[in-house]
Amino acid sequence: MIPAGFSYVRAGSVQEALAELSRHGGAARLLAGGHSLLPAMKLRRAEPGVLVDIGRLRELSYVRLDGDQVAVGALTSHRTLERDPVVAEQVPLLAAAARRIGDPQVRNRGTIGGSLAHADPAADLAAAVLALDGVLVAHGPSGVREIPAGEFFTGPRQSALAADELLTEIRLPAAAGLAHAFEKFSRRALDWAVVGVAVQSRPGGRTAVALIGMGPTPLRAVAVEEALAAGTPAAEARSLAARGCEPPDNAVASSSYRAHLAEVLVGRALAL
Amino acid sequence: MIGSAVPRKEDAALLTGRGTFVDDIHRPGLLHMVYVHSGEAHALITQIDTEAARALPGVVGVWTARDFAELPARPSVPGLERGYLAGDKVHYVGEPVAVVVATDRYLAADAARAVRVEYEPLPVMATVADALAPDAVPIFAPLESNLALEQQVTPHDVADELDASPHRLRARLVNQRCAGAPLEPYGVLADWTGAGPTIWATVQAPHRVRAEIAERFGLARHLVRVIAPDVGGAFGVKSSFMPELFLAPELSRRLGRPVKFVETRGEHMVHTYHGRDQIQEVEVGFDDEGTILALDVTLTVNTGGVPDPVGIALATLTSYMLGGCYRIPKIAARFRSVVTNTTPTASYRGAGRPEASFLIERVVDLVARRLGKDPADVRRVNLVQPGEMPYQTPFEGIVYDEADYPAALDLLLDRLDYAGLREEQERRRADPGAKLLGVGLSTFVEMGGFGPTPLFEQFGYIGGWESANVRLQPDGSAIILVGTAPHGQGHQTALAQIAADELGVPFEAISVLYGDTAVVQEGIGTMGSRGMPVAGNAVRQAAADVAAKARLIAAHMLEAEGDDLVRVEAGFQVKGVPTAEVSLAAVAERSFKPHLLPAGTGLGLECTSYYEPSNLSYPSGAHGCVVEIDRETGHVHVLRYVCVDDCGTVINPMTARGQIHGGVAQGIAQALYEKVSFDADGRPLNASLEDYMLPGMLDLPGYETHHIETKSSFNPLGAKGLGEAGATAAPQAVVNAIVDALAHLGVRDVEMPCTPERVWKAMHHAS
Repeated sequence: MIPAGFSYVRAGSVQEALAELSRHGGAARLLAGGHSLLPAMKLRRAEPGVLVDIGRLRELSYVRLDGDQVAVGALTSHRTLERDPVVAEQVPLLAAAARRIGDPQVRNRGTIGGSLAHADPAADLAAAVLALDGVLVAHGPSGVREIPAGEFFTGPRQSALAADELLTEIRLPAAAGLAHAFEKFSRRALDWAVVGVAVQSRPGGRTAVALIGMGPTPLRAVAVEEALAAGTPAAEARSLAARGCEPPDNAVASSSYRAHLAEVLVGRALAL
Repeated sequence: MIGSAVPRKEDAALLTGRGTFVDDIHRPGLLHMVYVHSGEAHALITQIDTEAARALPGVVGVWTARDFAELPARPSVPGLERGYLAGDKVHYVGEPVAVVVATDRYLAADAARAVRVEYEPLPVMATVADALAPDAVPIFAPLESNLALEQQVTPHDVADELDASPHRLRARLVNQRCAGAPLEPYGVLADWTGAGPTIWATVQAPHRVRAEIAERFGLARHLVRVIAPDVGGAFGVKSSFMPELFLAPELSRRLGRPVKFVETRGEHMVHTYHGRDQIQEVEVGFDDEGTILALDVTLTVNTGGVPDPVGIALATLTSYMLGGCYRIPKIAARFRSVVTNTTPTASYRGAGRPEASFLIERVVDLVARRLGKDPADVRRVNLVQPGEMPYQTPFEGIVYDEADYPAALDLLLDRLDYAGLREEQERRRADPGAKLLGVGLSTFVEMGGFGPTPLFEQFGYIGGWESANVRLQPDGSAIILVGTAPHGQGHQTALAQIAADELGVPFEAISVLYGDTAVVQEGIGTMGSRGMPVAGNAVRQAAADVAAKARLIAAHMLEAEGDDLVRVEAGFQVKGVPTAEVSLAAVAERSFKPHLLPAGTGLGLECTSYYEPSNLSYPSGAHGCVVEIDRETGHVHVLRYVCVDDCGTVINPMTARGQIHGGVAQGIAQALYEKVSFDADGRPLNASLEDYMLPGMLDLPGYETHHIETKSSFNPLGAKGLGEAGATAAPQAVVNAIVDALAHLGVRDVEMPCTPERVWKAMHHAS
């Protein structure tokens, strides 16, 4: 509960944040809402030498409809996602996932960029961004690059972001009027998901299915998606939910129970 | 005022963040103490290297066991004396190995990480099965095996009675380990100035703590001052004698500066003692009606790595309460307390009695299920009837006070709409799309009102009484000093209500103070549901004596006889003469004017009373839980929770309800969520609130509470206590409901905590 010593700098701009990251190398961590990083520091699971606070970069908090895409600034709070009219109309799956995160205090402080960059394999927003085929925009010393959500999560709490990069924006294909569902099973109302599923219909009748709590990273239930594309009824396709997954086996739930939950939740989500 | 739901006097400060807890207290020159805890569950300590830690900025010093070798042992089981820090070996993860003191808490924490402890691992025995295995090595050195205590509670067995019973069944039940997890973890601030220390500590019995500290330091008790300021919950776990209670004053003495220790949450989960952790092997004999004829019980308690003087024998209390509220003619009980490589266990809300209530209430349901009878009917044929009170149980000295167990059950069934629920249950079973419905009952009785003295002496207390000093101020307001040390119970409020009735002083004009050994006369403390049945009676008696003296002075002022006066709102009046009236304030002021008092009357209006209960009290009631279970996931949702509680006289219905709610929440938590777990190497699996499943508000149901008020004849107030009732009754109400929901699938038991996965597996394996 008492973190190791660290120094603190507050970035006044994206460029300043990048400069600080470059200066400190791997010793620095970005602080956004702090809802994952600060507890990890208090438990000494994380001991960054420097915290670069980007919490006041207001220019990174926005939701914009940009042609056929929705652009969400990395510092947009979960609470904003829950209530933003553009999100509600164009990517309602994102709002449905945001609504299931923690409590109002957490949702007011926590940010979409912070959550995705933290790359927890059970993060609600990760499922939504994966199912929406989002693209994550990162600024680094050598410029800007775009990382498809499917390539972003590389391991438990590991992402494709380099230590000197800053996630600035999430771009999501607009999906107005298309069916979606978010199902989450947790031990306590405010807990992380044991297993969660995000489902998003696509133009042309395809359906994307993303799972959390089912492996080292958030992932797509490819077998279910292919079965659905081949015309398999949802009630049957759901039995493929855990195919290819290696769900964790721990004190929260066994891997076999998680696999069972994935089937149940995928079934429920597809029925909506 | 007794019986009024007045708001709590405590709340104005506490709810606005203006309470004073140990960590809020600062002293000039304050130093901070942090432990180095063992990361090994069972190992020899081969070396402790403190050099790097000592060299860090702000570090005042690092101490290990040998630095405290001169200090007499901690309060211990006789013959099993414990030191303050691990010496040659560690017995569990979290055992303190060294202390670091620094000028800043953060520097102290960094320095603690820099202390290098080298271990030579020993075989780890994290379960009682491992610790009792034939080749198990003894964990705690003075003991030759890991069986720390084996006790035949009853001299006889019930083999003949079981043989003679038309039916018999066996069960193995598990009452799992729980953490107290109060909002405020353990904390101590010690400042040794002049001849002795002042110690602010989050404790439940400041006078007992004072006695133990004085004894260790060879001081007369008046030189030691222990203050329990606002205490943010305790649930029994703050009644154990943690080493910091002695190390902080000792280090303050050595360093000449105040020393503070405040536990972190993660530390609390491994360092402060846990509760429960009991395996129950039961055999019961019964007839065709479900009448229980004999009960045979063997309890195995996991005492953890270092036996605690209370924890080692808590199963005695479980044994005494095995019969529950039933007329069971023959009970045989024995228990074993086993040392394992886990955090020690001791008192936790109910301390031994909830385990008994859980056992017998599960057994009654098993009997009903075996006979194909309704669990309510089997309860009815076994309940002790009101006409049998006081009821002598098969255990000597365990005599239940007045209660109406059948009336509590009837009221519960009525409020539940039990018949309607059974119909709904059948309807849902027939509909594959519906969630399964289950109803669980728990007709419980527990022990409250601890003493009396002969019993409480066994737990190391000077007595089982409680004390109160009631003192009128010259303006007629009153200050009460009471020997309890509440930590959320609301004694300022309830005790003021009792005093208001006796004194005729308005509730608002009464202050209740406690928790400071330099201010309060000798006291015992707050535990064992003893606030109202013991302290309440002490206050009542002292207030009555003050009121009697006030009447004499008033009579003198009104030139009448004491018997001719009647009480009126403002004070006293001569019967039938409205103009002959004197206010209590005038009487109080007069009590300080020696020349205007009746001859021979002492100055002031003040009295100190010590109330010794003649017996324990036995709070009881009936709880009902309605759950629905998701057929696909095993998730249990508590739809309704209904309590009928009989705590005797209810002093404040609102705070009484709060006590029930809090206790029920902890009981539901035990049934559905909580379990302190270790892996095979004795490493804690859930030593943070992220992993340890304390439920939040959204996980708990609304509570429907009803009271039956059967006054106890064992004390003048007629109160029985209720701090532990909810936690005693609730776990089995929930488990019975879950098993009831799944009974048609052949499910007979689900072990606590009934996680969705466990429930799902039970359904899966059954079908």
